Amino acid sequence: MMTLTDAVGIIETHREDMIVIASQSARVPWLNVSRKPSLDILFAGSMSKESSVGLGIALACPEKKVIVLSGDGELLMNLGTLVTIGNQAPENFYHFVLYNGVYAFTGCQPLPGASRIRFEGLAKEAGYPSVHMFEDSTLFASRVKDILNEDGPVFVCLKIDPEVNAEVSAKGPYPWKPLREYLHGLRKVLAEGSKESPPR
Amino acid sequence: MDASQTLHAEKIVQELKKNHVTHAVWLPCSDTAAIHKAIKTEPSIHSVPVCREGESMAIAAGLWIGGKVPVVIVQNTGFFESGDSIRGICLGASIPLVILIGYRGYTRHGPTKDSAARFIEPILHAWQIDYYLMECDADVDRISLAFDEANRMSKPVAVLIGKEGR
Repeated sequence: MMTLTDAVGIIETHREDMIVIASQSARVPWLNVSRKPSLDILFAGSMSKESSVGLGIALACPEKKVIVLSGDGELLMNLGTLVTIGNQAPENFYHFVLYNGVYAFTGCQPLPGASRIRFEGLAKEAGYPSVHMFEDSTLFASRVKDILNEDGPVFVCLKIDPEVNAEVSAKGPYPWKPLREYLHGLRKVLAEGSKESPPR
Repeated sequence: MDASQTLHAEKIVQELKKNHVTHAVWLPCSDTAAIHKAIKTEPSIHSVPVCREGESMAIAAGLWIGGKVPVVIVQNTGFFESGDSIRGICLGASIPLVILIGYRGYTRHGPTKDSAARFIEPILHAWQIDYYLMECDADVDRISLAFDEANRMSKPVAVLIGKEGR
């Protein structure tokens, strides 16, 4: 078993100086645990395009590792992204999908085909050379450090418990900043060579 | 055909190079096929093909965050498909991005029957995205005007390609 809070907490423990783009239901738990906010994007601009923004950053900055936390519903909205990423094959790209089978942010409505989807299978056939799936938080915690040292693009499907996001309403107000501030802020940090996190 | 009335893909690529473009994020169409072919032979411009046009705006935003100079190349139909990415990312986050748009259905000889052509300019106006039109080599410097405006105003600017490049 694994909760959303478990999953993001485990990833944060090992993110070091990596850029993190957290989207949909991952935003609030990530906001609560992140120790490197200047390297974060809490993505709320165009649902499903968090992985595409992450790909652009990964291609532009091959010396920086990029972690993307996608919701399962939003990945379904932009499945072609798996093929685009597989084709570009950035070695510094780590794509986690938080698979709970529901639209948690809007009240836990079921995803179409929720019981049949195998995201790790889709990613593998799209060209991700490294693909993982975890349902157990203890096992995931024991493997994540090694996974983040693999050459990417890496895809990790984390099967988490479906739960309504009780900390923020889909209608707002939102605890995260406007997208403009994240994107322009991260550009500035990267241009300055990031005092908070020098390149690895 | 009068050579001065031709739009050459190589001229477009030269203008992109003049503006230090590092990445072309694109999905091909018949209006821009020659540009894609020319870009693929230009080693200084990295090619990023996408599966659906909505990806292109977001990938370009990521490249810009990382300090690169992207250009997006899509058909007007793909621009329509990209609506939420343009709204939420390019306009919402004030991304300076030049978008080359294949103007499918464009004609200067009366009304067009192609709704892709009829709707593109009204939609650009509605979204307050400034745009330029290229129909021949003499118009290619409008790409530089678009880059200048996009960077100065920190916003997306479009260049409509009104004739298929050769």
